[in-house]
Amino acid sequence: MAQLDESRTLFDARHLRWADPNGMVGLLVAGVVAGKKQGTLPRLEPPESADVTGYLSRMAFFEAARGVFDCDPPARRPPARDSDVLLEITPITANADVHEVIDRVQSKAGSILTSKLGYPATAVVQFSVILSEVCQNIIEHAEAPGWVAAQSYNWARRLGRNVVVISVMDVGRGFRGSLGDEHSARYGDRWGDTTALEAAFLHGLTRFPDSGRGQGIQQIRRQVRRWDGAITIRSGTARIGQVPEWDDQPPLSDGLEPFPGAQISIVLPAKAGE
Amino acid sequence: MTEGMDRIAIDVGQVLQRTVTSLYSNLVTRPTGRAVRMAIETRLQDAGERSISLIDLSEVVILDFSCADEVVARLLERSHESPTHEAFFVFRGVHEPHRDQIQTVLERRGLAAVAETRKDVFELLGQRSPAELRAWGLLEQRGLITTDEVDSLEDADDRAGLVRLVERRLAFRSPHTDRIHALSQLAKHLL
Repeated sequence: MAQLDESRTLFDARHLRWADPNGMVGLLVAGVVAGKKQGTLPRLEPPESADVTGYLSRMAFFEAARGVFDCDPPARRPPARDSDVLLEITPITANADVHEVIDRVQSKAGSILTSKLGYPATAVVQFSVILSEVCQNIIEHAEAPGWVAAQSYNWARRLGRNVVVISVMDVGRGFRGSLGDEHSARYGDRWGDTTALEAAFLHGLTRFPDSGRGQGIQQIRRQVRRWDGAITIRSGTARIGQVPEWDDQPPLSDGLEPFPGAQISIVLPAKAGE
Repeated sequence: MTEGMDRIAIDVGQVLQRTVTSLYSNLVTRPTGRAVRMAIETRLQDAGERSISLIDLSEVVILDFSCADEVVARLLERSHESPTHEAFFVFRGVHEPHRDQIQTVLERRGLAAVAETRKDVFELLGQRSPAELRAWGLLEQRGLITTDEVDSLEDADDRAGLVRLVERRLAFRSPHTDRIHALSQLAKHLL
């Protein structure tokens, strides 16, 4: 990343060799933040590697980047082929977007979850429910736009298994901002990004007084645990997670670089032996 | 009408398509669930002072927690608040993919509901005590229980369980005969 002039940032991706959904969606978030700060679209230099550019195109990165970056996308999108793209980068701004995501993901999710992860055919329902709840989290709590993407990989070196990675990010007010009005008083001086994440992630608190609300994250955690997966949420300067045995991330980190809004990352591994 | 009860059958899949948009095939997002619940409540407004409704989820493919909360738990909770209308519900098509969501939202609000989980198999889902569950199982087996039969139950907990089922509208006590009916039997002709 470099400063083009006094008021414009350059995101130089020319030497990019690989990107996962978290990286691509994170790049969009960074672009939005830079654009807001400077009042002008930052410049993005696309990767030189045809493989990487082709992958970004298949993930619909360049469509999503319109309005975020000043960028010259590749001349044409490579022809569609059977890929491991489960869900292209999709903007989430309204409930209709959530419906579209759930409708779109059905056929592909079914085949990827069964063939790559060895999950039963019915897992597509629980997977869709997870996607629905994380996307709604953007609309109900961020009050700002966000994106979702999902992809399957072979984590040969790290895990020796296939995984599906779901990434959801928004540029909203974060968990501390969302919960502050309702819950900050009872935490007093302890209120901050970490306590806000703990309140939502561990205790299911929301800004809504209705006892029926706040189930989304709790139920996502439960389902991810059943599949021996990992889920982390980063917001502000903190990150909290439910970490399975195969992952060495700490369950709680603080003092990180501030992250605007929230990032939810879910990793679902193939069943052992698949 | 049976026992002065209006019987209403509601296909949630159809309500979803008519209420929200014909483009949506899945019951996801809270606003969608709220719109479907309100459409169901509008249908119930036309009923008399007492009704039994069969809420059919068979055609719903994906049901998320937000919609389960609105279309099942909130529907039940709000119906209990009505001072003029006594509504009873049986949920149909609560197959394995929907079961966890419905069980969770009912427990969260301290509610229970009668649901057909497989063809002709009914279960009491949600929050229920062991005594309520035993009493419900007995009632479900018999279809109805007379006052004499209630009095002949040896276990006081089972008798109390039956009373609680009636109070929670998980069973119906006829004001004419005092007999207690299983909701699955009352909804039989709607299935």
